[in-house]
Amino acid sequence: MRVHPSPPEAEVVALHKPVAEPAAEPFDADQVRCDFPILSRPVRGKALVYLDSAATTQKPRQVVESMARFFDQENANVHRGVHFLSERATEAYEGARERVRKFLNARQSSEIVFVRGTTEALNLVAFTFGKQRVGAGDEVVITEMEHHSNIVPWQMLCAEKGAKLVVAPIDDRGVLLLDELEKRLGPRTKLLSVTHVSNALGTVNPLPEIVALAHARGIPVVVDGAQGAPHCAADVQALDCDFYAFSGHKIYGPTGIGVLYGKAEHLEAMPPWQGGGDMILQVSFEKTIYNRPPYKFEAGTPNMAGAVGLGAALDYLESLPRDAAWAHEDDLLAYGTAALARIPGLRLIGTAPRKAAVLSFVFEDIHPHDIGTVLDREGIAIRTGHHCAQPLMHRFGLPATARASLGLYNTRAEIDALVTGLEKVRRMFA
Amino acid sequence: MSSELDDLYQEVILDHGRRPRNFRVIADPDRQAEGLNPLCGDHFKLYVKLDGERIQDIAFEGSGCAISKASASLMTTSVKGKTVHEAEELFSRFHRLVTEGPDKVPLSELGKLAALSGVCEFPTRVKCASLVWHTLKNALEAQPKVVSTE
Repeated sequence: MRVHPSPPEAEVVALHKPVAEPAAEPFDADQVRCDFPILSRPVRGKALVYLDSAATTQKPRQVVESMARFFDQENANVHRGVHFLSERATEAYEGARERVRKFLNARQSSEIVFVRGTTEALNLVAFTFGKQRVGAGDEVVITEMEHHSNIVPWQMLCAEKGAKLVVAPIDDRGVLLLDELEKRLGPRTKLLSVTHVSNALGTVNPLPEIVALAHARGIPVVVDGAQGAPHCAADVQALDCDFYAFSGHKIYGPTGIGVLYGKAEHLEAMPPWQGGGDMILQVSFEKTIYNRPPYKFEAGTPNMAGAVGLGAALDYLESLPRDAAWAHEDDLLAYGTAALARIPGLRLIGTAPRKAAVLSFVFEDIHPHDIGTVLDREGIAIRTGHHCAQPLMHRFGLPATARASLGLYNTRAEIDALVTGLEKVRRMFA
Repeated sequence: MSSELDDLYQEVILDHGRRPRNFRVIADPDRQAEGLNPLCGDHFKLYVKLDGERIQDIAFEGSGCAISKASASLMTTSVKGKTVHEAEELFSRFHRLVTEGPDKVPLSELGKLAALSGVCEFPTRVKCASLVWHTLKNALEAQPKVVSTE
């Protein structure tokens, strides 16, 4: 199936509330860039143009310093020692949990489970909540735009249980078809898992409507927030989703730490996932009494420094004027969309009216891999490939796309550099 | 434009990428294999017609980047008419060329394949250049009937 060609000036609706008047505090991208040392290093003799934040964001020095401080001043194991440093480490780790609670506006910090990342969070839900809930002949619903991480765990669960994975389609712009989704929510549907923002298309899904459709039928909703949390409001009470997962490293924090939010009633009722230390209250060889959430799901010594780094990343985000920061991202996306749409032979993949931070495209018949190599020699980092969304690529009849993805630190000048780079690509392969 | 980039995308490569040779299906192949690089989406099918130990005809179809397509095209022109053993030897020289560089292999032993000497400066592209050769190896090592990796 082919998509419609994108209009010359693809219409982009500002994702975030339009700021009628200039934001009270202007957003200073150059100032923000100073907080990210890596952005000033040259790459292949050129100034780095980092347009791969959907893969992983760069880290502000505040995050790196918070982790160094933890190791230098507070490191000890959490939740066990009676000694001074163990108390300090526990305070730092639990402080980070409270920080995440505030970021997601969860009711209580026991609803925040630290995991390795979004992938682990989704697997955790599939193999505890899902395993408990889904039986033979039941159905799990996902969408056509999901990342492999939000496909494969459900596929594994369905195979184990003899259940069916049902896929809700999207249109040629990359918009989820809500009426088609609704048709697929039936009496056997035990769970809906959907992405907040598509990593390959940039589509922002209308979560409140989706959650309302599912909840009207008593179906719980799991949200893959890996791309959503960095670019959209992720207020779990407002969204009313049952689970929300995101990764630290895509929101200016470190790798190896992520978050699973779950409603307290679910976390209470779910069986533990991995067994080990910290997730128990009492162990004998006959019987183990499990700890309460969130500890029930945090077997083993956790990624303490990672949690601290994530807390610092969220502190950093909050230190920026939020409306202005979002307006900056909206501006970059609109500017980039218009700039790329003007390039003859370039076709944007993903032209939903509500998008965030992703410019996915194909360029004449030049393979994305070749585009990526030529841009790399100009110091421009983009992602090429299937973006861990092979079914989605298949839907668009493409083996791969080139993807430029945006972060807070990007500038219009970097979009211009991308356009200039693409002109070189054309000269080379024309 | 960096000279490394010019070395990678030499005119021969661009030409074979745009107009690949032996880009067709052999209807009744003695051997066939499929090569897939899921990371980049390169996907080729390779067909071989044997006359005893000799590669009488060879062709491929599919899609991929300029490097993988040009490499497939050059591979087919290089091994056509050679024996299976000669093709395997050529693969081993080619592999050294793209992983270790042109200094390690006498370019005279490579013929047209020397055009891919720039690949060694691009470690992420070595697998693009090698894909079709691994596919050939699979095809030749398979049982003498039609096999598929599907």
